[in-house]
Amino acid sequence: MLDADHTTESTRATAPAAADAQWELPPGDVVPVFPYLVFLEFLAALLVSVVLLAWALGVNAPLLPEANPGYTENPAKAPWYFVGLQELLVYFDPWIAGVTIPTVIILGLMAIPYLDTSRDAVGRYTFSARRLAIGHFLFGFALWWLLIAVGQFLRGPNWQFFWPWQTWKAANGVESGLWSFPWWIGLPALVGYFAGGWLFARRRWPWLYAGLGRGRYAIVMLLVLTMYAVPLKVLLRLVLGVKYVLETPWLNV
Amino acid sequence: MASLPTDRPAAAAGVAATARVARVGAAITSSQLYRSIFRHNWTDSARNRALEVTSNAFLHLHPITIPRHAIRVCYTFCLGGLTFFLFLVETVTGVLLMFYYRPVPDFAYVDMKTLEHAVQFGMVLRNLHRWGAHLMVILVMLHMLRVFLTGSYRPPREFNWVVGVSLLVLTLLLSFTGYLLPWDQLAFWAVTVGTNMAAATPFVGAEGPFHSLVGVTARDDVRYLLLGDVQVGGNALLRFYVLHCVAFPLAAAFLMLVHFWRVRKDGGISRPL
Repeated sequence: MLDADHTTESTRATAPAAADAQWELPPGDVVPVFPYLVFLEFLAALLVSVVLLAWALGVNAPLLPEANPGYTENPAKAPWYFVGLQELLVYFDPWIAGVTIPTVIILGLMAIPYLDTSRDAVGRYTFSARRLAIGHFLFGFALWWLLIAVGQFLRGPNWQFFWPWQTWKAANGVESGLWSFPWWIGLPALVGYFAGGWLFARRRWPWLYAGLGRGRYAIVMLLVLTMYAVPLKVLLRLVLGVKYVLETPWLNV
Repeated sequence: MASLPTDRPAAAAGVAATARVARVGAAITSSQLYRSIFRHNWTDSARNRALEVTSNAFLHLHPITIPRHAIRVCYTFCLGGLTFFLFLVETVTGVLLMFYYRPVPDFAYVDMKTLEHAVQFGMVLRNLHRWGAHLMVILVMLHMLRVFLTGSYRPPREFNWVVGVSLLVLTLLLSFTGYLLPWDQLAFWAVTVGTNMAAATPFVGAEGPFHSLVGVTARDDVRYLLLGDVQVGGNALLRFYVLHCVAFPLAAAFLMLVHFWRVRKDGGISRPL
């Protein structure tokens, strides 16, 4: 009989106070969604509409000459949100930069709530209560945007590095003299990095291991150490000219 | 000031006009048609505030009440809602763009040129769609950051975080498939770069590690599946078009349904406990 009730109610100018009392807000620090939240959402949508319209009126979307498979654009850049992965192609083989890293990022993100199962510090911004989690996450987030910025703004023809004030025509030194670790250094280095990181963190933050248990701790360490391995490999390449940490007949890392 | 003697006839006419408007308004709001659409009146009462949400198909996504701290802009920055809003903007502008575009190499680029130069507001329409997509990608990433920083993925919201990550991936895929459609050099080579990565997939990519174990070649690997060919061409354009306009939007809408419903079912908007 809800509908019938509504229609009879709608003919009245004002609802009697007694009938209205049962609809009063429950005790507690709450506000009615209408109008408080609905109007806020409306204003936010309005603001974004204005910004987007101004953007669309002021800046035209690019349109280059028609697609021509016979003429390769140089540089040929992926859409900006994938340029960070393309930037990693300098430092990793495509199966790592283009497939493995994005897959690990996606699965790693999905795994977060199953690894960090604490129910504390929910619903507020806090750094002090979650120093480690927020620190690592922000590092990864910043790395993602940094790689995009480098790939998008600092890479020219043949994916060579150019500062914004350099013209792309300037001859740029070609990277040469790259070398790789022999396998008997590379393999122990890789194993040592993950095992060492695993042990170091266990010693440095013993409560983490205790809280997570062995399985979750192992997955967390694998994900976090993989993330830090990316900038580490970049540094190895830039500072020491290391092409591969591990070379095998089947794949190179 | 309205009580000056000379204003009296005008004031009386004004009162009469107001009364007429009120009568017409009352006639409308008491008609069967109006009452079949709006089940309650607009008097500001606690009951009506509840009905305005629960009796509205679009607003009933919301609870009737919400913690006071949740409407602080600096808590959510409206990022999730705005991402959804941009999805709607993309849907509307996208449908309009479809009237002017044919996903065939012979026509695609010409249609873009026609859209920009011969269609009234065609350029603005295209700009809205493209910049809206960029903004959506940025906002969805910031939304994820907000949810992480406020610990809102923690139990019992684990599954909704997973749905959210899937929506992030879908947003990127939507944007990437749309990137090819203008069929210009930018689109062609960006998608060539992107899909070449697929060929490097271990086991199932023709250039990836261990591909010879599985025996895949360039003609039956995962890139071929994406492109319908060994390189970007007419088949890829059609596939990306269908994915962009039909498959991915449907998948995103389906996941959004789950995402929003689960926000409510998993305890509403996150709040300090």
